[in-house]
Amino acid sequence: MSDPLENFRSEIADWIAANLPDELRGVPTTEDTICWGGRNWVFTSDAQRLWLERCAERGLTCPRWPSEYGGGGLTRGEEKALREEMTKAGAPSPLQSFGIWMLGPALLKFGTPEQKAAHLPDITAGKIRWCQGYSEPGAGSDLASVQTRAEDMGDHWLINGQKIWTSYADKADKIFALVRTDRDAPKHLGISFMLIDMQTPGVTTRPIRLISGASPFCETFFDNVKVPKEGAIVGEQNRGWDVAKYLLTHEREMIGGGGGGLTSGDTLAQMMGTLDPGTLNDPVLRAEAMELEVDAMAFALTMERYKDMSEAGQGVGHASAMLKYYGTELNKRRQEVLMSAQGSNALDWEAGSAADWLRSKANSIEGGTSEVMLDIIAKRVLELPAK
Amino acid sequence: MDKLSDSEDETLLRDAARGFLDQFAPLSVLRKNRDAGRDYAPELWAEMAQMGWAGVMVPESHGGADMGHRAAGILSEEMGRTLAASPFLSSAVIAANALRASASDHLAAIASGETTYALAIDEGAKHNPAATALPATADGNGFRLTGHKTFVADGASASRLLVLARTSGKPGDPLGLTLFDIDAARAGLDTDPIQSIDSRDFARIDFDSVNATGEDVVGDVDNGLAALAPGLRAGQAALAAELSGLSAGISAMTIGYLKERKQFGRTIGSFQALQHRAAHLFAEIEVTASAIAAAGRALDSDPANAQTLVSLAKARATQTAKLAVMEGVQMHGGIGMTDDYDAGFFMKRARVGAEWLGDYGHHAAIVAESRGL
Repeated sequence: MSDPLENFRSEIADWIAANLPDELRGVPTTEDTICWGGRNWVFTSDAQRLWLERCAERGLTCPRWPSEYGGGGLTRGEEKALREEMTKAGAPSPLQSFGIWMLGPALLKFGTPEQKAAHLPDITAGKIRWCQGYSEPGAGSDLASVQTRAEDMGDHWLINGQKIWTSYADKADKIFALVRTDRDAPKHLGISFMLIDMQTPGVTTRPIRLISGASPFCETFFDNVKVPKEGAIVGEQNRGWDVAKYLLTHEREMIGGGGGGLTSGDTLAQMMGTLDPGTLNDPVLRAEAMELEVDAMAFALTMERYKDMSEAGQGVGHASAMLKYYGTELNKRRQEVLMSAQGSNALDWEAGSAADWLRSKANSIEGGTSEVMLDIIAKRVLELPAK
Repeated sequence: MDKLSDSEDETLLRDAARGFLDQFAPLSVLRKNRDAGRDYAPELWAEMAQMGWAGVMVPESHGGADMGHRAAGILSEEMGRTLAASPFLSSAVIAANALRASASDHLAAIASGETTYALAIDEGAKHNPAATALPATADGNGFRLTGHKTFVADGASASRLLVLARTSGKPGDPLGLTLFDIDAARAGLDTDPIQSIDSRDFARIDFDSVNATGEDVVGDVDNGLAALAPGLRAGQAALAAELSGLSAGISAMTIGYLKERKQFGRTIGSFQALQHRAAHLFAEIEVTASAIAAAGRALDSDPANAQTLVSLAKARATQTAKLAVMEGVQMHGGIGMTDDYDAGFFMKRARVGAEWLGDYGHHAAIVAESRGL
């Protein structure tokens, strides 16, 4: 046991065994039972609360973040070992949030020491739930065309405008949003990345019901919202596009890589025992299933390889658009095959996985459409000409 | 498993191989060989051997460089980029791995490049070692082989053959097969070259009471698939790597063309329809490259359990290469269809590589089975 990584692994396995409440062990989480935290969070059980508190205490909600902000300060190898041991023990994720996936990485890179100290510990502890305010009606994937205005009023910004597709805005405590702080500057140069409390007077939200029956998305309205200037803008004023771009890369990797809703539902292999006997004897379905397994395994290895390349300093840059493109298209195929395999059993709103199938159709739209990803690859990676 | 990214040594190996192949084995060499009716240039193979490529999988105790499977894959990928022809796969990869366990006397000659091997397994149109029928009947202390083998890569030029023959059981039984290592000049052996579309050496081989002794047996009698497995796995992984390099090669050629060709008053690479197809192809190539790297790593770290990843690599590489050449020729338009242009060479080799050592269905089924499907 002289290998430090193996020491860590056995240490963390012991810790999980001692701290994971029995009633959470091996119970799959669903959309309704995933812990998101925040001011208004109602824990589904004492066990869920306890698990979050213990993990946050140990720095395991954000394993790679610096420990001074409540992270675990782990290396990538340690994080991987942690993930594997969590899976082995049947432990649910203690906390999910856009704060962890998106705002945190942006603050770590662009935030002032004061901003980091003010926000990161609340994210790792699950005390504050963030949402993302990027898209606007009429803007779609053309993010830089945001119109929501922030006017300089001396001691505060005055915000007016509307955001759309703000996931879970109705449940969030705060929002990180792109707002236009200079209307005369070129499209990309007049935008700032701003932090706004959702309880500020003038902020309202309205859920948008989706074809899957759920409504994770909202419209968010800003009507003469006053935001104190102190600590409001992350990065430089009017250079919010730099922060947004950095974040989008993260988002792409996350959605493509299975962090953003792609893990919902089983793989076909996991589902085998539940299918009608002989289902996969159908040659067409079998061929589709085989092809899917081949591509899914190769894609998982690609996530791994890109991480290894990043760590080795062999930067992947814009090629991360490939992960988003391929991962989301793959997930849509997976949901399609799963529906076929389950036949009419899948068509029941209550019992089936139709909601996952319907939800998956958005994967290639949100976070930049597949077509936008292909544009990025063509122009930035392959350097194909504009004219 | 080690990281899937290239290590520093591997990057150096890749750069050196690319530099060498660009200079001494560019696509024009394939064209020259084809027009001259040659399968490969022996002097090129001699130089590859001098650089240690022929001994890439031969133990150092037998004069090899013993660089491992990932290194062999990197060399294969680079050879695939320029379609460099040589007995590398048959001899340096397949035979060396099949003979390693028995510490064969011939390993040193493989490493030096003097002896080249071919693997004679298939008798039908589809790769299926268990279907082997060619009987090796016991005769005194030895065996007599009678029958035929087809689609034997490097079969006409090889000086030695690894032959899979049936010593008991029926065609289809995975047991009852024996692997023989015999001289290609042995009496009763008749080699008939196949004019393959990729202009490489493939052959039909007829066996008319060919003598083999117990010393010619590799591994155990009646358990030839076990003896063959390391060679076959290594060959499949390296062939997949070649196809991955081939895909990157035709893709680079196509992207270059898209940037330069003008139509309707614009560079055709500016058309979104073509940009999106090129970008999709890039994605497929990247995803396949990961499977290639993983197969090499798995063979180096845990060969006995590497078959799933090897089959994953071969399945993916087969589909990606087919897509890459189809898209490549399509985006080149009419010129891509001409013999004067090189795109067709990629198309032909991709089709041959797709069949050799197991096609997509063969390998996808292995992957699916390992996943419980």
